[in-house]
Amino acid sequence: MKHIKKILVYIILSALGIFMLYPVIWLIGASFKSNSEIFSSIWFMPESFDFTPYINGWKTSGAYTMGHYFMNTFRIVVPKVIFSVISSTLTAYGFAMYDFPFKRLIFGCLMCMLFMPQTVMLLPSYMMWNYFDMLDTYIPLILPSLFASEGMFVFMLIQFFKAVPKEIGEASRIDGCGALKRLVLIYIPCIKPAVISVAVFTFLWSMNDFIAPLIYISSVGKYPLTLALRMSADSTGQGYEYNKIIAMSVLGLIPSVSVFAIAQKYFIQDITAGGLK
Amino acid sequence: MKKIYHNPVGESKYTGFLFVLPFLAGFLIFGIYPFIVSFLLSLTDYSMNGKPEFTGLENFKRLVTDSDFHKAVGVTLKYIILLVPLKLIVSLGTALLLSMNIRGMGFFRTIYYIPSILGSNISVAIMWSFLFTSDGLVNQILDKLGIMPVSWYGESTPAIFMIVLLRVWEFGSTMIIFLSALNDIPRELYDSARVDGAGKIRTFFSITLPMLRNVIFVNLVMQTITAFQEFNAPFMITGGNPMKNTYTVSMLIYDEAFRYYDIGYANAVSWVLFTLTALFILMLFRFTKKFRAGDV
Repeated sequence: MKHIKKILVYIILSALGIFMLYPVIWLIGASFKSNSEIFSSIWFMPESFDFTPYINGWKTSGAYTMGHYFMNTFRIVVPKVIFSVISSTLTAYGFAMYDFPFKRLIFGCLMCMLFMPQTVMLLPSYMMWNYFDMLDTYIPLILPSLFASEGMFVFMLIQFFKAVPKEIGEASRIDGCGALKRLVLIYIPCIKPAVISVAVFTFLWSMNDFIAPLIYISSVGKYPLTLALRMSADSTGQGYEYNKIIAMSVLGLIPSVSVFAIAQKYFIQDITAGGLK
Repeated sequence: MKKIYHNPVGESKYTGFLFVLPFLAGFLIFGIYPFIVSFLLSLTDYSMNGKPEFTGLENFKRLVTDSDFHKAVGVTLKYIILLVPLKLIVSLGTALLLSMNIRGMGFFRTIYYIPSILGSNISVAIMWSFLFTSDGLVNQILDKLGIMPVSWYGESTPAIFMIVLLRVWEFGSTMIIFLSALNDIPRELYDSARVDGAGKIRTFFSITLPMLRNVIFVNLVMQTITAFQEFNAPFMITGGNPMKNTYTVSMLIYDEAFRYYDIGYANAVSWVLFTLTALFILMLFRFTKKFRAGDV
């Protein structure tokens, strides 16, 4: 009886797993298929592996190769990750370890930030950057991350800082460490999983970011991958060469999936364990 | 009375303030400032060129008669009502299965989590639009099962359901939150329930569910807020079609602002969306008061 139940659970879990992963597997298979095969077979394996969709897709029909758009994306994402990690850690450290005037009020602002609707902020921000003449640059996309703009991360890091035993910090203070040195040498190594989580999630979210580049970036040469992919999907329209777009979509997933694969052992449990308590 | 600051000995009460200063500056520039400006602009007629012209409540009056806006609100609410309960049930159900102590649980957890990290990646949107074309994978499967293929792009309910399915497919992060909450329920509670002779179903309703109510509520609020602002998926997959039946309020704001350059009106719609969200969340707080534990 117990065995039957266990087997049943496995069957449900596996069926769900197939449902979750099959679209992605099918997408990878479809990127090697001919256009007629894409719409005639539900089986993911292509009849033969044809790399021309990748070669042609990479070249694109426009002035730039996909490599150019990949580079653009990284030029946005990499600074964002670095800035976001530094600013969120500093802010969380201040909240977690110190008392200071108006602390409650400022913490309230942090909570506010979590609930502020993106759509309301977008237009005035757009006009502000317009006023500073910085539209069509990466500055509006990158700069906010210097100011701990993701309240969620700060909130999570605070919980982790608070979990570090007090004695560790005290001991280092007696040894003559200043506030910053103590943070870098003592605390950050203690909360490494949390810091990695911030980096990973900033990476994933910025890779996927769509509406901000859509609004701020207007020249094709500066398009990040998301906009470039959308452009090629649009220009192909109802015609042919679907496999080309699919092939490039598959490439577009690779950075996120590989970062997740590398980092997941560090954070998948800890992120919520600390984040919600 | 003088306030005492519990800081490490010998450090000023301003040290902590210095650390949070960047956040505070950012909050004022990227948080408060746009928020106020948006409200002021909603009272004007402004097209990005020239000066905003004060028109009082004109934009809000227009909202009352704008049928596009009414339709968009309807679509957004329909989307929320379809999506949020479904997503919560799927994530809680899966979390319950995974919390049973079985081998390979980490493996399944990772698989279920993958779609949610891909999130609103454009590749996923492109993939989804291919899956649901008239001769796409989904209809091919339906055909094999002997079910009439559905015109996903042509009819209003299937079109919205296609987007709901995409978001349900990305249930991983909600599931992880449930899972960690499930692991936090003290084992002793289950043990004593067993001693008292409570069955599986009874245990679920008298222990698991009550212990989870705050987490359920947090997830409910978070999902509702995100759903109210849905833009990416309908924008990329259906473009709001057919007949604006997947055209959300956020898409309307985008069009008014960046296609028709009617900034004043776009801001008015933004504020109505914000107010609607706040009211809806407030209502959730009210209606669930009885079911929640005291501390949320």
